[in-house]
Amino acid sequence: MNYDWIIGLKSELFTTLIIVVLLLIKLGKGMRNGSLLQITQLLLLVNLALAFGWNGNGYLFGNMFQASQLFGFEKAILIAGVYLLILVNHQWLEKQEHLPEFLVLMLSALLGMQTMISSGNFLMLYLSLELATIPVAAMANFDLDKKRSSEAAMKMILSSALSSGILLMGISLLYGATGTISFEALPQALKADNGLHLLSLVMIFAAFAFKLSAVPFHLWTADVYEGSPMPVTAFLSVVSKGAVAFVLTSTFYRAFQPMFETWYQLLAIIGLITIIIGNLFAIRQDNIKRMLAFSSIAQVGFVLIGISANSPAGLASVIYFVLIYVFSNIAAFGVAAVIAAQTGSEQISDYKGLYANNKLLTWIMALALFSLAGIPPTAGFFGKFFLLTAGAVRADFWLVIIAALNMMVSLYYYLRVVRNMFNTETAQPTIAIPVTVKLGLYLCVAGILITGIAGWIYDYIAMLNR
Amino acid sequence: MNLLYILGIPLLTALLLLVMRSPDWIRRTALYGALLQLGMVVWLFIAYQQQRTMGYAMAAFFEQNYAWFSVWNIHFHIGVDGMSIAMMLLTAFVVLAGVLVSWNVQRMVKEYYFLLLLLSFGAYGFFMSQDLLLLFFFLEIAVIPKYLLIAVWGSGNKNYSANKLALMLMGGSALIFVGILGIFYATPADQRSFDILQLANQQLGPGSQKIIYPLLFGGFGVFSALFPFHTWVPDGHSSAPTAGSMFLAGISMKLGGYGCLKVATLLLPEGAKVYADLVIALSAIAILYGAFATLIQKDLKYMNAYSSISHCGFVLLGIGMLTKTAFNGAVLQMVSHGLMTALFFAVIGMIYERTHTRTIAEMGGLLKVMPFAVTALFIAGLASLGLPGLSGFVAEMTVFVGGWEHQDIYHRAATVIACMSIVVTAVYILRAIGQVAMGPIKENFASLQDVAWYEKMAAVVLIAGMLAMGLAPQWLNELIQPSTQFIMDKLAAK
Repeated sequence: MNYDWIIGLKSELFTTLIIVVLLLIKLGKGMRNGSLLQITQLLLLVNLALAFGWNGNGYLFGNMFQASQLFGFEKAILIAGVYLLILVNHQWLEKQEHLPEFLVLMLSALLGMQTMISSGNFLMLYLSLELATIPVAAMANFDLDKKRSSEAAMKMILSSALSSGILLMGISLLYGATGTISFEALPQALKADNGLHLLSLVMIFAAFAFKLSAVPFHLWTADVYEGSPMPVTAFLSVVSKGAVAFVLTSTFYRAFQPMFETWYQLLAIIGLITIIIGNLFAIRQDNIKRMLAFSSIAQVGFVLIGISANSPAGLASVIYFVLIYVFSNIAAFGVAAVIAAQTGSEQISDYKGLYANNKLLTWIMALALFSLAGIPPTAGFFGKFFLLTAGAVRADFWLVIIAALNMMVSLYYYLRVVRNMFNTETAQPTIAIPVTVKLGLYLCVAGILITGIAGWIYDYIAMLNR
Repeated sequence: MNLLYILGIPLLTALLLLVMRSPDWIRRTALYGALLQLGMVVWLFIAYQQQRTMGYAMAAFFEQNYAWFSVWNIHFHIGVDGMSIAMMLLTAFVVLAGVLVSWNVQRMVKEYYFLLLLLSFGAYGFFMSQDLLLLFFFLEIAVIPKYLLIAVWGSGNKNYSANKLALMLMGGSALIFVGILGIFYATPADQRSFDILQLANQQLGPGSQKIIYPLLFGGFGVFSALFPFHTWVPDGHSSAPTAGSMFLAGISMKLGGYGCLKVATLLLPEGAKVYADLVIALSAIAILYGAFATLIQKDLKYMNAYSSISHCGFVLLGIGMLTKTAFNGAVLQMVSHGLMTALFFAVIGMIYERTHTRTIAEMGGLLKVMPFAVTALFIAGLASLGLPGLSGFVAEMTVFVGGWEHQDIYHRAATVIACMSIVVTAVYILRAIGQVAMGPIKENFASLQDVAWYEKMAAVVLIAGMLAMGLAPQWLNELIQPSTQFIMDKLAAK
């Protein structure tokens, strides 16, 4: 008997196991929320550790599913993201009446992302994408007493249904034109100058752009982010985005490789517009969630430019950037969640004078924002540096100049938060940080500080990619 | 001599401050750290001189090279030459004076000193970097301290100034970043590197140099108040707390000048030749415009900030002249202006501390109540207008001689224009100091105390540096000779 499939599927199997355990607990006597969260955290850590051992390369289910060390690492980033999310949003989660359901929904979405990364076929990709999206819409509705939360869920489900439709249309066209939807067979069948192939490429990219909220498919983002509960917003903007960015690289670098002359321009231009629009809208926001939503749109633009490099260095830079982005953004969302739990406010103008009595929170937030803005010694500096370095491979100077100058624009709105926090005219009362949240924030800060300066992490990712 | 010590001391001191509670201990630790650092840099200087007298002549001494991001061929590569040692000496002097002058900061002492030391860490790292990514890393590391120092401890329209400074410097960094990428991708694929010495030995094609040079020079120029990117200087300097202004003008602006010379001109000599005339024109404008703008200032800090634009113009003018003497003059001017302007800002801070005004017209007769502070102001002013015996004369004279070495009318006209600014400088310096020091004393100032010991120490440190440079310029000149010669060799090579 051959057990290789277990090794290939270990991460997915373990996530399923966690889901089953949670469902069983729910069926049984139930459990205090605190213990439930501890068990989930522990199991997620085991899953994370599993990603670094017993790695197999190969195909399963007739090339539907592909396992490799690189994919394993990408999944590990997502699992780490979910783990950190649960830590920093401990306060909100603990208060939930339907916590097991929430965790099951979140882990189902994670499972969908994991299989999505490993998919070797557009059908598998579509299935996983749905699994990764629909539970999130249910999660967005979790603040049952808030109207905005339902509104967010509605907007999310409608826009993702539309994007799924576009994706399916693209896949059908692709199948009709080439007779295959397997990533392995497509490169031989695709031609760069075939109109039908181009149309399907554009449709599939549009669907991804929806999920990544790249311009012009970004309009749903801000409302959904604002309406959803904080953990869901963080999940959407960190884990979800990261997963789709990974899948975008693996489809475009493999299946659509023959058409790269077309898509690299598409990615670069859309990426640039996304950066500009995201930044311009972020400047005007006063709600921290909306601000982070638009800033995450701008960050996606940088990722698209990195992907447009179409090189191993581009892929490594994208993965490295997403890893850093997970740490920085979860730290920012975590601090915002702690503040919102205490003061009930999500307005940036209410952060005035935070520093007086909350030194730790302020410094963590400042570090996270500086990392998002790309200022050393935080890791964000290195992330952006390598994304743009990879993206500049064809010496499109105008592209890099505009992208780099946009870092100046983004600095403006990040600094606005920092300036408010360090304002000395008013003083906020002390905000208590629960131990679990503190642990999560410390882990994020360690990530922000170490991932950048430790060059071996980047080298490791590049090595996996070889 | 291990350069990692020089990099480590400010960082360790800064981190040590974080675990301390008593403000008194924090001040002392910062002071000991700054003193130790000055000692280390002097030791480095002596060790360097010994190596040179033994006949070594490398492009970088005390090198250390570790692989960092091996995929991109990026190394943690540090090393120093004469020019960087000169700049590090300047940094050490200004940091020591800045730490002393901030002795009576009361609000958030720990954070204040932490940010000051972090800023100096960035400067030391910048001056010893031999790899472009590392250099860029250290250049940008100081953005946070600069911003927070102004936004939290500043005065006046501080939020506006802090934002303006951070955003403009970030914009400059963006240009530098693109320039670095340009250099990286303009080299053949198998020789791509970020290593400065390696890049200096393999010349890029003139076409790419022509595109990349304005990016790099413009980017570093923003830091060094290149016209028309100088607008952050007056606001930033006048809003910053005393030590913040000293660090900004004394250290931070020098990063720009050093980068223009050591990165832009060294790596892109052909580009430098193409744009030399434009650089000269812009810096002549900055010199004259800065001087005239200073004339109408009513606030002492604004006055010194505008005069900094004028004086930093000499640095860029020297670089644009592309002769060895002018290069020497540019480096000398960086050191001289760094010391002089730091002293100026320190004394303005001392006076403001007591009079609570910086408006020149409201002061008068202060020489009677605070003889020490006003004498220091005199010395700074005289150095600023180029009195022989002080540092300013040596530096500006060298730039003029370097400019005059060119035979053609354009360079000579620019030199003459730059010379003219000295007259204007004399007008505003003497007028301002006359108003502040002489005349009848105002009633409300009659009972003011002279400066305290730490302020005296700060002034003495800086004046000592200025005298050492003004009376015996030879040692500094010899220190930087090999570095400027190295750049000249690249310029001469075809």
